[in-house]
Amino acid sequence: MSTLVEGLFNGFSIGSVLLIAALGLAIVFGLMGVINLAHGELMMLGAYATFVVQNIFKPLGEPWFSLYIIVAIPVAFIVSATVGLILERGAIRFLYGRPLETLLATWGISLILRQFVRSVDWLLFISIGVFCLLFFGGMKLVKRRNDWLRIKNKVIALLLFLSGGIAIAFNSLLSSNSTLTKPWFSARNVDVTAPSWLRGGTDALGFQIPYARLFIIVLTIICLIGVYWFLQRSTWGLKIRAVTQNRTMSSCLGIPTDKVDALTFALGTGMAGVAGCAVSLLGSVGPNTGQNYIVDTFMVVVVGGVGNLLGTVLAAMGIGVLNYLIGSGTLALMLTNINAPQGALDLAFFFANSSMAKVMVFALIIVFLQIKPAGLFPQKGRTAEL
Amino acid sequence: MSQLGRRKFLLYGSTGVLASLLLKGCASGGEGDTAADPCAGANPCAAGDGIKVGILHSLSGTMAISETTVVDAEMMAIDEINAAGGVLGKKIIPVKEDGASDWPTFAEKAAKLIDQDKVVTVFGCWASASRKAVMPVFESKKHMLWYPVQYEGQECSNNVFYTGAPPTQQIEPAVDWLLENKGIEFFLVGSDYVFPRTANTIIKEQLAAKGGKTVGEDYLPLGDTEVTPIIAKIKAALPNGGVIFNSLNGDSNVSFFKQMQGAGLTADKYPVMSVSVAEEEVRQIGAEYLKGHYASWNYYQTVETPANSKFVADFKAKYGEDRVTNDPMESAYIMVYLWKQAVEKAGTTDLEPVRAAAVGQTFDAPQGEVAMQPNHHISQTVRLGQVRDDGLFDVVWSTEESLEPIPWNQYVKETQGFACDLTDPAKGGKYKA
Repeated sequence: MSTLVEGLFNGFSIGSVLLIAALGLAIVFGLMGVINLAHGELMMLGAYATFVVQNIFKPLGEPWFSLYIIVAIPVAFIVSATVGLILERGAIRFLYGRPLETLLATWGISLILRQFVRSVDWLLFISIGVFCLLFFGGMKLVKRRNDWLRIKNKVIALLLFLSGGIAIAFNSLLSSNSTLTKPWFSARNVDVTAPSWLRGGTDALGFQIPYARLFIIVLTIICLIGVYWFLQRSTWGLKIRAVTQNRTMSSCLGIPTDKVDALTFALGTGMAGVAGCAVSLLGSVGPNTGQNYIVDTFMVVVVGGVGNLLGTVLAAMGIGVLNYLIGSGTLALMLTNINAPQGALDLAFFFANSSMAKVMVFALIIVFLQIKPAGLFPQKGRTAEL
Repeated sequence: MSQLGRRKFLLYGSTGVLASLLLKGCASGGEGDTAADPCAGANPCAAGDGIKVGILHSLSGTMAISETTVVDAEMMAIDEINAAGGVLGKKIIPVKEDGASDWPTFAEKAAKLIDQDKVVTVFGCWASASRKAVMPVFESKKHMLWYPVQYEGQECSNNVFYTGAPPTQQIEPAVDWLLENKGIEFFLVGSDYVFPRTANTIIKEQLAAKGGKTVGEDYLPLGDTEVTPIIAKIKAALPNGGVIFNSLNGDSNVSFFKQMQGAGLTADKYPVMSVSVAEEEVRQIGAEYLKGHYASWNYYQTVETPANSKFVADFKAKYGEDRVTNDPMESAYIMVYLWKQAVEKAGTTDLEPVRAAAVGQTFDAPQGEVAMQPNHHISQTVRLGQVRDDGLFDVVWSTEESLEPIPWNQYVKETQGFACDLTDPAKGGKYKA
C-alpha cells in the first residue's frame, strides 16, 4: 500500500512540474494557437529573476532570506509577462494566423534571449536603453507632424540609422570601463539555493516527502485555480474566451481584441516565469535551462488537447505517473508480484531505467495520438472543424 | 484568429513538438559565446620569429563553459613561458581554433591547424568524443596532441600525451577507499554516454573482484533534470544507506544533488562520490547541497604546495578574484610546461625528437611532482576531497606518492594483462605484458 501511495505521490510530483511548465503554453498555444518556441526561454528568465531576488535578499540575513521565494514568484511572473508583452507587441501580433512564420520567429527569439543572458552587462543594457530612447522618442516627436504618413518610411530608416550609430558609438566609448563590461550572469550556470524551510522533507505517510516537491504541487494547484478563476469568472477571462471562440463577432460587439491578445499572451508567459521559479528549486539555472523543458511542455499540451485546462492537467499527471512507474521499476515489481508472463516481465525490466522510460513514454504517446489524434478532450461542435 | 480546427491543431501541434526537439538538438551545437581573439579563425597571427602551437577547444556551444577555463590555464602557461624568454629563444605563438562542441568540427580544425598553420603541437579537446574524433587526424599525420582531462582509459596512442587521469588514477582508488571506509554496497548513477558507461563497467568489475556489491545502476539522458525515479530506486536498493558513485555530467548534477537533499538522502548515510564535479561545478550547484559529499581528483585548489599557492595567486591576478582553479585546468597548465621542457631537451621542435624527449620529463606541478611515463600518461598523486562550506574541498585522503598510470584497465576482461610502452617499438601501444 505504502509503495502505491509513494508511487502516486512521486508520479504526481513529476506531473506537477510538467503541468506548471505547460500551463503557460496551454494558454498561449491552446487558447491563442501561437506556437511559442521561446516558452522555455521565458521560464529561464523566471529562473534568473529568482536568482536575482535571492541575491538581493542574501545580505538581509534571516528571517528575510527564507522568505525570498515568496517574493521571487510574483517578480518572476512580472519579468516574464513584461518580456512576453514586448514580444507580442513587437513581433508576434504581426504573425497571427501564420503558424510557420510564428514558429521561426519564436525560435529566433529563443536564441536571442539565450544569448542575451549570456552576454548582458551594464554596457549592453545602457546601449539598448539609449537606442530605444532615441528611436522611439524620435518617432514620437516626428509623429506629431501632419505629413507623418508620407515621410514615415524615410523617418524610420533615418532614425534607425542614427540611433543605432549613436548607440554603437556610445558602446565603444564606454567599453574600456571594466565595471560596466562585467557580465551580469555570464555563460556559466548560476546557483539558486532554496531557503532552508524548503530543503529536506517530512516523513509523513511512511516515506519521505521533499518540501520542495510539496511546495511545487501547492504552487501548481494555486496557479491552476487562479488561471481557472481568471478565465471563467473574470470579465477579462470572458473576453478572452469570446475572442477565442469568434474573433470577428467579438470585435463587432466592441471587445478590444488587440488588447485581449496582448493580455492573454502576457498571462501565458507570466505563468512560464512562475514555472521557471519553481523548477529552479529542483534543477539547474543557466542559459540552456529552458531547453530541458520545451519538448515536455509541448507534449503535455498536445496530449491534453487544445484549449482545455482539464486535458492539460490529466495529460501532465498521466505522463508523470507513467514516467515514474516505468522508470523507477515499480511497474516491473508489480508485474513480478502478480506473476505476469515472462515476456511482459522482461519488457518491463528492460525499460526500467530513466533513459529507456523516456523512450517508452514517447512510444505510448505516439500510440495514443493514433487513437485520439486531437488529444484527450478534442474540441466539439461546429467551430471544431474550421 | 479563428478557432483552431482538429486538423490544423494536429498539424501545428506536431510541427511544434518536432521543432522543439530540433531546437533542443541544435542547442548543443548552435550558439555560444566566442571569446574575441585576434589570432582565432581564418587569420592566424603572422609567425614572425616564433613557434606556433595549436589550441583546439570548444569556445562556443555546451562544452564552452568547461573548455574555456582550460584555455585560460593554457594561455597563462604560454604567457609565463614567453615572459621568461620563450622556448629555444623564440616566443610561443598560440593559434586558437574553436571546436564548437561539435566532434566533426574538431577533426576539421585539427587538420587545419596541422596543414595550414603548420603548428608544432596541439593542446586540446575535453570530451572523450572529441578526442576520438581528432585521433585519426593525428595518427595519419603522425602529429602530436596534448589532452588535459581525466577520461575512461582504454587507449594509448603514440600521437597523444595524456595529462589527465585514467581510471586507475581517479576511479579505482576512490572505489577502494569507499569500500574500506564507507560501505560495500554501491549504487551507480551516470549520464548516458561513453565515459560513464565505461567507468561503471570498470567499477562493477572492481567491486566484484574486491568483495563489494553493485546494488543498482541507472543512466540519465544528458541534460535531463527529472531524477525522482532514480532516487526511488536508490532508496529501494539501499534502504539503510550506502555508497552512491556518480558519473553524471553537466546540468543533471544540479538536479541530482538538489533532489537528493529533498528526498532526505544525506551525506552521512548516502555519501556520493563524484568524478565530474570540481570547484567550478560546486559553485554552480551551490555548496549548500554538496556539503559533505566527496570527489576524486588529482588536484584541488586547496592543495598545499608552494607551486600551488603561486599557481592560484597568479591565476586570480590574471583572470579575477572570483575565479577558481580545478583539476583539468591544472593538467592543462602542466602539459604546456612538459612540452616546453621536451622541446628544450630535444633542442628542436621536430615531432619525433620531441616525442622521445617528452618521456621522462618531470615537472614541479601545483599538485606535486609529475613525470611523463613511457605510456604517454603522467604519474600523479590521487586525492579524495570532501566539499566544505565555502565550496572548496578538504583533502580527506591522498596517496603517499604519485601513482603510476595504467591506461589499459586490469579489471575489464578484454584488456586484462595488456600494457603500453611507446618508447619501445617492439612493444607499442598495446602488448601482452
